[in-house]
Amino acid sequence: MTPDAPPDGDLGELGESLFLEFFYLLRRNGLPVTTREWLTCVEALDRGLVAADLKRFYAIARATLVKNERYYDLFDQCFTHFFLGAEAPRALVKAVDEWLADPLPMPSLSPEELAAMERLDLDELKRRFEETLREQDERHDGGSKWVGTGGRSPFGHGGVHPSGMRVGGEGRSRSAVQVAAERRFRDYRSDLVLDTRQIGVALRKLRQLGRNELRTELDLDLTIEATAKNCGDLDLVMRPPRDNELKLLLLMDVGGSMDPFAMLVSRLFSAAHAASHFREFHALYFHNCVYENLYKSARLNDGMGTLELLRWLSPETRLVVVGDAHMAPYELTARNGAIDYFQNNDEPGFVWLDRLKRHFTHSVWLNPLSQRMWGHPTITLVGQIFPMFELTLDGLEAAVRALSAPNPRARG
Amino acid sequence: MIANFTGTERYIASQDLAEAVNVALVLERPLLIKGEPGTGKTLLARAVAEQLQRPLLTWHVKSTSRAIDGLYVYDAVQRLQDSRFGDRDIHDIRQYIRFGALGRAFLADAPCVTLIDEIDKADLEFPNDLLHELDAMSFTVIETGDVHTAKVRPLVIITSNNEKELPDAFLRRCIFHFIAFPDPTLMARIVRVHHPLVRQSLLDEALARFYWLRTLPELRKKPSTSELIDWLGALLRGGLDEETLAARIPYLGTLLKKEQDVEAVTRRGRGWARH
Repeated sequence: MTPDAPPDGDLGELGESLFLEFFYLLRRNGLPVTTREWLTCVEALDRGLVAADLKRFYAIARATLVKNERYYDLFDQCFTHFFLGAEAPRALVKAVDEWLADPLPMPSLSPEELAAMERLDLDELKRRFEETLREQDERHDGGSKWVGTGGRSPFGHGGVHPSGMRVGGEGRSRSAVQVAAERRFRDYRSDLVLDTRQIGVALRKLRQLGRNELRTELDLDLTIEATAKNCGDLDLVMRPPRDNELKLLLLMDVGGSMDPFAMLVSRLFSAAHAASHFREFHALYFHNCVYENLYKSARLNDGMGTLELLRWLSPETRLVVVGDAHMAPYELTARNGAIDYFQNNDEPGFVWLDRLKRHFTHSVWLNPLSQRMWGHPTITLVGQIFPMFELTLDGLEAAVRALSAPNPRARG
Repeated sequence: MIANFTGTERYIASQDLAEAVNVALVLERPLLIKGEPGTGKTLLARAVAEQLQRPLLTWHVKSTSRAIDGLYVYDAVQRLQDSRFGDRDIHDIRQYIRFGALGRAFLADAPCVTLIDEIDKADLEFPNDLLHELDAMSFTVIETGDVHTAKVRPLVIITSNNEKELPDAFLRRCIFHFIAFPDPTLMARIVRVHHPLVRQSLLDEALARFYWLRTLPELRKKPSTSELIDWLGALLRGGLDEETLAARIPYLGTLLKKEQDVEAVTRRGRGWARH
């Protein structure tokens, strides 16, 4: 900090209008910056905190404008874009991210490509892809053009020459733009995958709706206080019990097309399981679609009747189904359409799904596939039965909000 | 003179974090610190207080905490007690007002650092109940009608473990910093603060192990900085060397606190040998 810097730093009027443009760039890209926060930032500039140091401006603008680490990455991108103009716009980057994050096996993969895919994990793949993208930018090829030549399987990047990669461990005197361009905070984005802790935090929000508003429990501390204030005459204070009334049923699709998401689903399960605040928590498995049986283990060998389950679960139990809803249409629409040959279901899958939906007052479907993939016929059909959300932090939070909504069947 | 926080000998602060502290100091706004458990959120307040030579007042928030507790508590029970035994003049209510950490900071003659630790533990309304007090830095004692306004505005540092989302109105008023997990270079410096005598080769090997553990997707709880420091302490006391580390991870229980995680890493044991 330089206490003797002029109050306006070296910004001047030009600087201020420039930074105002930056403010609008942030807003255009979906960063929820309010005017008040902008004024706080300007105040910091006015106090000469920034001087003419871009690195400082980066730190101070972020501290005053961004209030959640999930937007750090977006801020970094905007910053790079604004002060260097070298990064692709957000929509493009998001599309690319989704494209790369989508682990659906492409039918056109050659054995060589498959082998390459197995050698590289997703992060490595993304990193290389970004390096390539950056290289392209440096050669002044438009980012959009590069992606526009698409149609290439993302796994083809295994063939990208590693010589194009920048070797890490640069000197400590990097510029702000370089630091921002590193995108160190991309893991904190809310539209990427989840870890157990984040899922736990999201599920905890379900707790709020569990409060039973009947005041039936004695609040000892407040009673003592109230009694003392009441000159010693007993004054009982009651409060609603704090324990959660919420019951949760988690149904998980396993096997087949869900294999790439097995880790993600198991995280969701362990987070829900560890959340001790549900009054009841049941987790059951199915394969592709729900029929007359559900299974207690992911090996699908200890079944229980779906109808029986519905008999002993009250309608206010919250139903969360996790699955890609990606199946052959007949699995959903035909009698005996179940993927397991010996299943012989008398009623088609969508009748069972509809039955589940009708039984519970609140239900959601979490889909690990990105929304871009939801055009598939069975996903569309399932999406018409259940409100469907992406299995990302944003999606999970939206799902929890839907589950916490007032009972849609209650009147008045 | 403008106060300037840079980090202390015992507390290594990244440049971004130091800037955020200084912005909060200059603008006299509360500073909200988030970050993974074990990244030193609570220690920051102590370091700032130490470097700026200000007293530190700490308020540990609990699930039952009310916003007013941090300002003052009216001890009606004591007053009732006194009224029965007649020890004191119970007409003077002021003697039954006990000030909390924030209240004392407002009353102080010199600027303090006030730490509101783990604000997300309390009820959802808790941060909103503090909005006015943090904005105006003043509060009223309802029982006496006294208005207390801060003579010098304290630096308020608030930590959150992200257990709950904080209300937008509250966030707008704060300066925000997220303590990202330290990269290996910064981590080596942090570890050196606690274990100055550790051999570089052992530290390198231990850090490689530690960051490898953190990449394992099956872990339910990743080891954090404080666990790394404990683990290195255990390694040093146990007199273990690089060769032992190359073969296995001793004292795994220091790093991993969940049984399933220990099992998962043990299962991977052979995989490590190939690394």
